[in-house]
Amino acid sequence: MDAFLLQLLNGLDKGGAYALIALGLTLVFGTLGVVNFAHGALFMLGAFCAVVFNRLLNIETVTIDETQTTPWGTPMEIREPYVQSMLGDFGAFLVDYSVPISIIIAIPIMLLIGVIMERGLIRHFYNRPHADQILVTFGLAIVIQEIIKHFFGANPIPQGAPDAVNGSANIGAMLGLEGFISYPWWRLIYFLFSLLCIGGVFAFLQFTTYGMVVRAGMRDRETVGLLGIDIEKRFTVVFGIAAVVAGLAGVMYTPILPPDYHMGMDFLVLSFVVVVVGGMGSLAGAVLAGFLLGILQSFASMTEVKSILPGIDQIIIYLVAVAILLILPRGLMGRKGVMED
Amino acid sequence: METNNNVVLHVADVNKSFGGLKALTDVDLSVREGTVHAIIGPNGAGKSTLLNVCIGRIPPDTGHVIFDGTTLDEITPHEINQLGVSRVFQTPEIFADLSLLENVMIPAFARRDGAFKFNPIRALAAEAEIREQAESHLEDVGLYAKRHTEAASLSRGDKRRLEMAMSLIQSPRLLLLDEPTAGMARHDTNTTIELLKTLKDRGMTKVIIEHDMHVVFSLADRISVLAQGRIIAEGTPDEVRNSPKVKEAYLGESQE
Amino acid sequence: MFGNMTGKDWLLFIGFTIVVLTAPIWLTPLGAAYPALMQKFCIFAIFAIGFNILFGLTGYLSFGHAAFLGVGSYAGVWMFKLFSMNVVISTVFALICSGLFALVIGYISLRRSGIYFSILTLAFAQMMYNVAYSVLTPITNGETGLQLSLSDPRHLDRALGVSESIGLPRTSFFGIDISGGGMPGFYFCAVLLIICFFLSIRIFRSPFGMMLRAIKSNQMRMKYTGFNPKPYLLAAFVISGLYAGLAGALMVATDPLAGAERMQWTASGEVVLMTILGGVGTLVGPVIGATLIKYFENIFSAFNENALNVTFSFLPADIRELIVELASLFVGEGWFLTLGLVFMIVVIFLPGGIMEGVGRIKALFSRKKTQDDAAQGSVVAAE
Repeated sequence: MDAFLLQLLNGLDKGGAYALIALGLTLVFGTLGVVNFAHGALFMLGAFCAVVFNRLLNIETVTIDETQTTPWGTPMEIREPYVQSMLGDFGAFLVDYSVPISIIIAIPIMLLIGVIMERGLIRHFYNRPHADQILVTFGLAIVIQEIIKHFFGANPIPQGAPDAVNGSANIGAMLGLEGFISYPWWRLIYFLFSLLCIGGVFAFLQFTTYGMVVRAGMRDRETVGLLGIDIEKRFTVVFGIAAVVAGLAGVMYTPILPPDYHMGMDFLVLSFVVVVVGGMGSLAGAVLAGFLLGILQSFASMTEVKSILPGIDQIIIYLVAVAILLILPRGLMGRKGVMED
Repeated sequence: METNNNVVLHVADVNKSFGGLKALTDVDLSVREGTVHAIIGPNGAGKSTLLNVCIGRIPPDTGHVIFDGTTLDEITPHEINQLGVSRVFQTPEIFADLSLLENVMIPAFARRDGAFKFNPIRALAAEAEIREQAESHLEDVGLYAKRHTEAASLSRGDKRRLEMAMSLIQSPRLLLLDEPTAGMARHDTNTTIELLKTLKDRGMTKVIIEHDMHVVFSLADRISVLAQGRIIAEGTPDEVRNSPKVKEAYLGESQE
Repeated sequence: MFGNMTGKDWLLFIGFTIVVLTAPIWLTPLGAAYPALMQKFCIFAIFAIGFNILFGLTGYLSFGHAAFLGVGSYAGVWMFKLFSMNVVISTVFALICSGLFALVIGYISLRRSGIYFSILTLAFAQMMYNVAYSVLTPITNGETGLQLSLSDPRHLDRALGVSESIGLPRTSFFGIDISGGGMPGFYFCAVLLIICFFLSIRIFRSPFGMMLRAIKSNQMRMKYTGFNPKPYLLAAFVISGLYAGLAGALMVATDPLAGAERMQWTASGEVVLMTILGGVGTLVGPVIGATLIKYFENIFSAFNENALNVTFSFLPADIRELIVELASLFVGEGWFLTLGLVFMIVVIFLPGGIMEGVGRIKALFSRKKTQDDAAQGSVVAAE
């Protein structure tokens, strides 16, 4: 039972990431009618926002302390992040909490990137064939990831979670169960964070006029144009929001998975599968499928399972997607008439 | 026409609604072999929905469409066509990127080879013959001279004629025509009527939806009147013309 | 049987054959006339021609074709290891394997169309990449890649008493040495390329090709015309999978090493780019696209900062540094960035690829000509 619960929990953080990316993909596809192959790149850019912020905070100042000497007899050099030397304890706090604080700077940056992407590129492809949209965003994804690779190198860059939540929580005690179930705090935080983001997106769709446009658009794209609303502006905002959601998913994921240049495409392919399983055009389906597949992947990576079917964790998601597609061609929650031939 | 002919198409108690809107209510219709059966009715009466149900584009909520013993709503569109049911659409459905000749050759291949045949050598052997057939059908509808142009460049009237040729080359047993003369000039309309009349001589059964009463009364053997998704009258052109119910529902308000 | 190939098609085919076979001559001034590179041109041209049969004719955009190339590679190397170094055996087996994979993956992916199809093929390719990389390591040898070894059984070669050379055996075509970047290897690939090109013309001009174009043009109408589009699409998918498998087989025939990285989405993306760069749906476009990309890849990847410094050595130091810094983004390791940019530029400005560009230029000239003629005509009329 404990092992079961642990695997369930282990799937939640990854599921959260899948759900957030898939949510943005579905949002953009449902409203703008564009399949964005560069959406994974947005996730990756978010992660690198955290990397950059962390690096900025950690630029060191070197002071020479004459009173102390090294064993070699030279004056001791004290290296310290400048924020720490300037702001003292508060600086140290900033450095420690650099990942969650990155959210604050990532939101405007991702929004800006999203708006530039939509205005500069995606917009001109609304009336082009789907194949062209796929191709141009695919090209963009390559360009973005190669630029990141050029400046940050090919190796993963580890990011630390704040010290306070660096350890593991005893989930067993929290849930009133017997036995000690250890679960990293940060993964728990990521799961809650993803729920918060998902809730935020749904609230936005429910309670604002933008949301109305989106929901109307997902039902029937042609009539939205007849509503007499400035559609273009709203499309930009929707795309920007999708970019922010993907970016934040990336920022918060950095302590779990050290970011590298190809993480975007890795997650994108899986998120596409999530969208297919959830049902193209269904936001709730994307979220549900994201968590389900994350949990499933976690179960498949249990040693007990792997000893019977080695490597199953690498392909389980694809196998399930194929099975779902054969049994339920529309996915779990897909509506009739969306993307059907 | 004589009423002892076999019923070839039977629309049996079909109901269809879209959301809350009832498009067809208890529609029951029998089309006899070799006749021209017209379906008329005011806009939004459900005429196009009825044709779509017949070719398997829209599944009925309840009821069935039976063609010569086969229930059409249970099989796929290409199987329906293979049974010998062909349709001319209201907005021309053609292969816009292909030449006129190819547009007509493709249905000919479908007629000859069935839904799928992957035998390159035999298909090639048949090609010359099919090309000839296609050319003669293009001549019938007066498009022979344009046979090598791209179909997208045609005028709307020409597109409809092309589509007619695409249907006719299959010599279907049942031809469903959705407003075949809409948007045509008077002269073209008359040519189309003549073309359809010659087909009648060949014994092809036709179901025709039409707004133009001139067309309906010069072609139809029987007429069904559809209003608000129900059949309110059925009979020979004269019977329908004189039916007070029909006059009230339709003819009275939209006599052109 | 060749009734529907026009004189123009024959001319194109003969011209193509001459150009391919004389490649070692006309590529010399371009510095690309060495066999290993020319083999690459041929192999990727075959890959792109096959991809174009699916994408160009039916409009179905597959993002997973590299998977079939990978299958072909692995199948080929296994034949070398188990039976014989003769490339005929390995190629035939590679075709069988890639064809079977294409049949299964195509059958499932084609249950959907449009974007869904692209996503499914991408997912399948990624799954197969994972399988090759980490799941089926006994068959694929994982990260290291599948290689020949001295202890391979090679039953057939042993049974026939094919003489053993010292060191690793070399691939051969009935005794002619194919591997190791020699000219026989190039001609082997070139002849297959010519055959593939011929088949592609045949498919384009056949009723089957016409059906495929009709599906691209209006699939719904195709159904109401009495056709079942699925088998046609599947046939096209399998044919293009076979082309990819052949390309994979040729890769290992010329260099007997199969690795999982050949199946990654970047590899699938590359063949898409080759096809659209040359011109989707045209006969020679994919060949041009494949050749150009492999040619420039060869040049760009060879550059490094030193080479750049040498190239721009005539410039003052400051400007040179700036330019070298900028240029280094795009060369060497940065080749993929260039590739991505080319991708975007082609899709944005020239969706029809180079062939469309050629067409536009032609149209420009012919319009000019007709205008001149018209002008002359009016002069004549005035007289």
